[in-house]
Amino acid sequence: MTEQKNDQQSFEPPYLYPEYRATELRAPRHHLVTLPDEWFHRAPGPAFGRIPVRPGDADLTRQHRGEPLGERIVIGGRVLDSDGRPVRNTLVEVWQANAAGRYVDPVDDHSAPLDPNFTGAGRCLTDGDGAYRFVTVRPGAYPWRNHANAWRPAHVHFSLFGPSLAGRLVTQMYFPGDPLIPMDPILNSIPDPRGRELLVARFDLDTTVPEWALGYRWDIVLRGRAATPVES
Amino acid sequence: MVPTPSQTVGPFFGFALPFDDDAISAADGIRIEGQVLDGAGQPVPDALLEVSQEGQFGRCQTDEEGAFHFTVRKPAAGFFEVTLFARGLLRHLNTRIYFPGEEDAVLASIDPKRRHTLVARGDGGVLRFDVRLQGIDETVFFE
Repeated sequence: MTEQKNDQQSFEPPYLYPEYRATELRAPRHHLVTLPDEWFHRAPGPAFGRIPVRPGDADLTRQHRGEPLGERIVIGGRVLDSDGRPVRNTLVEVWQANAAGRYVDPVDDHSAPLDPNFTGAGRCLTDGDGAYRFVTVRPGAYPWRNHANAWRPAHVHFSLFGPSLAGRLVTQMYFPGDPLIPMDPILNSIPDPRGRELLVARFDLDTTVPEWALGYRWDIVLRGRAATPVES
Repeated sequence: MVPTPSQTVGPFFGFALPFDDDAISAADGIRIEGQVLDGAGQPVPDALLEVSQEGQFGRCQTDEEGAFHFTVRKPAAGFFEVTLFARGLLRHLNTRIYFPGEEDAVLASIDPKRRHTLVARGDGGVLRFDVRLQGIDETVFFE
């Protein structure tokens, strides 16, 4: 049991990781207080039903008058629980930079251009198989001042709700073969290389749409079990 | 199966995750307000908090002062679950906001010297609850 627990812990980043400078004043210094066994698995997941999911929210290339610049891609996969069972009808939120590596967010001051046809935010609910699918453009890398000549590898942010509070997950998906991956402190904060690999999507010809868009496949596993499935 | 590892929410979620009236789960409810502070006592302007309990749900992004607010009904349980995300948090933090005077086995199990970090206090017509990520009065976080 301990071995498995240690294993899982080495798949999660620590709070304090000095190479990612922002952790130094934000990582708690006290140990987290462990709640009674399985508590997180029993506490119901947040009722996310007020978060609007509109038709078309899963296609980030059709939110404006024209099509965004960049390489059109499809990202698809399944959301599973720790037992490998699909997490159905759960909310998946994504956000990302545009193809030039610039976020719409006003906080982003990178000099790369904004794209009037791209916001970079999407939502969907998983289907009866736990499957999700987004159409977007491949995000660009961008500099982030963490250290000299620091660049984030291309990534898409994901936020997911599971059936229990334990399943809440915010993470980032990376692209296979990105040369920036080995030098990224945020990804390297995960101690076990197998954990880091879990965040890298794989190119998938079956997800690829002929004559239209490359496809990437990325399955997501949420902590906890689907003992109390959310059917909102 | 091994759960997918967490990564930070980063600084650039403000255009994507907030939604209309996201901090208001009960319009006629009680207002809870507070600040998220780092280990130097400085405001954390790029945090996102979620509160949930008994079907209520609220989400709030902190402002330049690290301030957040929620308008909620007091739940029967006496507390809200809080999930906190921020730039610089490689994985999220879980804590609780207990209403004044509420007590349960979890709160009672916390070191008495730190217990107050989980309890909101009345401040005029609102409840006040600050989150301190580090330092004196570091908030109790759960796993």
